[in-house]
Amino acid sequence: MKTLKFLIEKEFKQMFRNPLIPRMIVMYPIMVLLVFPWAVSFEIKNIRIDVVDHSKSTYSKRLTDKIEASGYFILNDTPPDYRTAMLNMEHNETDMILEIPSSFDTDMVKNRTSGVGMAVNSVNGTMGLLGSNYITQIVNDFSSELRSELMHTLPPQSRASIKRMAQIDIVPQYKFNPSLDYKNFMIPGFMVLLLTLICGILPALNIVMEKENGTIQQINVTPVSRIHFILAKLIPFWVVGLVVMIISVSAAYLLYGLWPVGSVLAVLFSAIVFILSISGLGLIISNYSETMQQASFLVMFFILILILLGGMFTPVSSMPSWAQLIAAINPFSYLADTFRMLYLNGSKLADVTGNLLAMGVIAVILNGWAVFSYKKRG
Amino acid sequence: MIEVKDLYKSYAKGKVNALNGITFSVEDGEIFGVIGPDGAGKSSLFRILASLLLPDSGIAVMNEHDVVIDYRKVRQIIGYMPGRFSLYQDLSVEENLTFFATLFNTTIEENYHLIKDIYQQIEPFKNRRAGALSGGMKQKLALSCALIHKPEILILDEPTTGVDPVSRKEFWDMLGRLKEQGITILVSTAYMDEASRCDRIALIRDGKFIASDTPQGIIENYADILWSVEGTRMSALLSALRDYSAVKTSFAFGDKIHITVTEGLQVGELRQYLAEKKFDDVRIAPIKPTVEDCFMALTSE
Repeated sequence: MKTLKFLIEKEFKQMFRNPLIPRMIVMYPIMVLLVFPWAVSFEIKNIRIDVVDHSKSTYSKRLTDKIEASGYFILNDTPPDYRTAMLNMEHNETDMILEIPSSFDTDMVKNRTSGVGMAVNSVNGTMGLLGSNYITQIVNDFSSELRSELMHTLPPQSRASIKRMAQIDIVPQYKFNPSLDYKNFMIPGFMVLLLTLICGILPALNIVMEKENGTIQQINVTPVSRIHFILAKLIPFWVVGLVVMIISVSAAYLLYGLWPVGSVLAVLFSAIVFILSISGLGLIISNYSETMQQASFLVMFFILILILLGGMFTPVSSMPSWAQLIAAINPFSYLADTFRMLYLNGSKLADVTGNLLAMGVIAVILNGWAVFSYKKRG
Repeated sequence: MIEVKDLYKSYAKGKVNALNGITFSVEDGEIFGVIGPDGAGKSSLFRILASLLLPDSGIAVMNEHDVVIDYRKVRQIIGYMPGRFSLYQDLSVEENLTFFATLFNTTIEENYHLIKDIYQQIEPFKNRRAGALSGGMKQKLALSCALIHKPEILILDEPTTGVDPVSRKEFWDMLGRLKEQGITILVSTAYMDEASRCDRIALIRDGKFIASDTPQGIIENYADILWSVEGTRMSALLSALRDYSAVKTSFAFGDKIHITVTEGLQVGELRQYLAEKKFDDVRIAPIKPTVEDCFMALTSE
């Protein structure tokens, strides 16, 4: 025990002597939470649009204004014909084209229905999909607006016929994240990302650094047991991980007013379970690498898998089944899910037991593997 | 006492043979030097003896403890200094020493008498980080750390490589004093001139001991007639010598050329041959062989 305490003391000494790490511990979570939630977002804004207005009527003008006022679109140009608009798209000056037919206003008034043409540059699939959805929404909105206006101009008998027309209004209710704020969704994910980097990667690189510097040989010829040596490497980063979590939770509250609807203690507890499993992965990496370069490369590889297949950006449920299988053994996806449940759904510790158990099992397997794969002597 | 028998070690699945059957023994309180060029297998041998590497076959026993079976005990009684400086560069001199003392459940005070001589020289810099020390001071710190738990056997892997000549001499003086304290010392070096500081030496090449004796014994076993040749235009001189049939071998030794010659060749004959080749001011003299000459002779056979 005395040896362990002394080893940990040495790790902290080295950590605080490194000019970068203590600063990073504080700055890292703050910077990540300050910058990323604004930039990494699937809310598509500033879509450039060309409106080809053949109708040039008050109605078409109103529709164009409405699109521009929606906040999602920037009116790039109003070219005279579709061909010019298409050229604009080919030159990457615009992302969408909306074509309003010349009979737009008469159709609207006489037949109470009209069509508009739409072309979307879907090189960026998300932008294409969301852009066309927005336009559809705006156009639908516009038509129901018109409908109620036109009602008053019509003779009473026709009014009745319009009223009889079936009108289906879908009123979505956004639960748990009522403002549909993408940031609220992403911030718990960024917290998991921070923990992965600090508790999974740093101790692994640290052990490999001792290998590279040869200091591990000096340690190996002392009576220090392997368990003590590894614990002394892990514990400081577990502590740092918790500190980072506390900073992140506070920063999320101060910057965005985001506080776990469930229990904040449950957030910290599940973070600890995650830390145990992810540091097991780090140990495996350190066992298989001889140099920092190898370790960094392996780390990059695993981080990519953990994050991209971990449901941070895209829901696991929409992945192909093989990717869902990977997610089932990915501690990242369990914690991201747990954090979102605790932060947004207001779940209690009892509700996330399943996730915690899964992470616990992963922790046992990974750490067992780490012990097994450690070769005492070459 | 160190007893090594038939030690074999290969790397890369048997493609590289680092050790090809090494057998030797070192008496208590002896300085035993393993001398040979880089890549001869010195570090592999030492790492096996320090219980850091498993041999493919063979036995190595350190003061009656087998390095494979009883490695825990071996680690208690040896002090190992790897070839590369491998202490914590970001810890201070004193912190490094305290660190290793604590890992061996001892304190600096308890064994201060052992390291006093060495440590006193770096004590003025005890708050300096190890990474900021000069090469010679680093070696002194590493030796202090290897000694702090009062080992019975010291294993020093090329301790003087990259250290200036003055520090090298000091270092060997320190080893002499440690020997007086009864510590068995196994040391390797690529510098042949350090051989005379050892009680016994072994010359190693391609993972094999090609000779093992006292430095004097090795020199006495030297059978050839050795001359030194000095002059200008060294490289031309060397090839001229190699063309002369009575010269058996010739090697450049610093600013001289050492040659072995067939029996009966007179200095005058060689001088005349060289004069014909327009080497006028050459100095030729018979000399006593050094360990390096012995090594050259043994390896060129």
